[in-house]
Amino acid sequence: MQTALKSKPEIIPTTSRLTGRDKWDHFLARCRYRRMSHIVSPGLYSLGSPGPESQIFVSANYTLSFDALRSSLEGIDCYILVLNTYGINVWCAAGKGTFGTEEVIERIELTELKNLVKNKVLILPQLGAPGVCSQEVERRTGFKVEFGPVRARDIKHYLTNGKATPEMRKVNFDIKDRAILIPVELIGLAPYILVLSILFYFISGFWSALAIAAIGISGAVFFPLLLPFLPTKDFTSKGLVLGVVTSIPFAYQSIAWSDEILTYNAISAIAWILLISPWVAYIALNFTGSTTFTSRTGVRREIFRYIPILAVIFISGLILSVLLGIGSYLGWF
Amino acid sequence: MAKSSSCACGESLNTLIYDPELCINCGLCSSVCPHGVFTEGDGKAVLSKYEECMECGACQINCPVGAIHVESGVGCAAAMIRAALLRRNEVTCGDAACCGPIK
Ligand code: SF4
Ligand code: SF4
Repeated sequence: MQTALKSKPEIIPTTSRLTGRDKWDHFLARCRYRRMSHIVSPGLYSLGSPGPESQIFVSANYTLSFDALRSSLEGIDCYILVLNTYGINVWCAAGKGTFGTEEVIERIELTELKNLVKNKVLILPQLGAPGVCSQEVERRTGFKVEFGPVRARDIKHYLTNGKATPEMRKVNFDIKDRAILIPVELIGLAPYILVLSILFYFISGFWSALAIAAIGISGAVFFPLLLPFLPTKDFTSKGLVLGVVTSIPFAYQSIAWSDEILTYNAISAIAWILLISPWVAYIALNFTGSTTFTSRTGVRREIFRYIPILAVIFISGLILSVLLGIGSYLGWF
Repeated sequence: MAKSSSCACGESLNTLIYDPELCINCGLCSSVCPHGVFTEGDGKAVLSKYEECMECGACQINCPVGAIHVESGVGCAAAMIRAALLRRNEVTCGDAACCGPIK
């Protein structure tokens, strides 16, 4: 085993080229396969042939973060100071404080950066700002901290203009950002979908098994894709809307494809809607953790506002189903 | 609980508090904020999109004069639901479970 984490003051050469192997690693990282193993050794890297006046960029030791940075720096001779964020991306690590003031200061000392360069400016990714107090870094190390753009791909623009535009300073959540989350969401839900749909197949038949799968796919695939197009404002109510839409085919089949009498069918259609929709909403609520948009206050408000409502909806659905069972046993219909 | 009013009617959207009296117009808050909440003004930073704040805390930790206060924390729903149900203190997610794939 190499003692990679105990970085010596050596400079590790790197390139701006991403190999097939890097891309495979990114794919696995996005699927959350062995999610803590997409790690780069912390320390100082050189890109091209930097000199004492070259720029110094700072990154996390998560391969996706580091690779996004270096691949955006093609043709630029510079240093990259990689912090130890335990394989976690810049934003989340900054939130936890591992992409933080102390780690920046310590990494500067461990790499003996001061003796190496004349340039005394570090360029940090803007999304690292929640963890790093720029004044404190400057006071204790002499290095000035500049926050670059949110996205690595804007870095060249930033360097030529010497300033990030307001657009470069803002996070967005476009279709690509949302689509990228689908595999993770699906893989996270897959075991539950599998076990529950098999279970329900034997308990209550084909349609219930299908309903479980529909909940999972609706929540993990359609919710992120359709997010901006769903009416209402917060995640959970958007999810509830999508959940009702998801449940419509199930409600429909119980009316159309069944030869029981009308009351029974109507009630079971309603039961389908009540049973399915809160679960899609629940998955939607959980999705808030994957975005850079929801505040703690906002999520807390959604939890307290909606969890009881979702529970009531689902329990009403359960009660209706039980009544239907008892009713048809006793010959009410 | 949070400092914000917990009254159900109140649209206390977040915990951000800005004191323009203290501001020395260094411009840092508008450059660290990922949601354009602060913008550069003539003599002072302008709190122009209060409702967009997601409490990341970047402005607070970087403001040199302490003109900004916000209760920061990652809004990780899974961890918070668990905490609410188990009546534990809130924690941020322990690993990259919820936010691994973001760059
Ligand atoms: S806490 Fe974050 S989102 Fe809110 S104003 Fe400050 S920098 Fe912007
Ligand atoms: S960081 Fe503080 S001092 Fe600087 S502009 Fe913003 S509020 Fe004013």
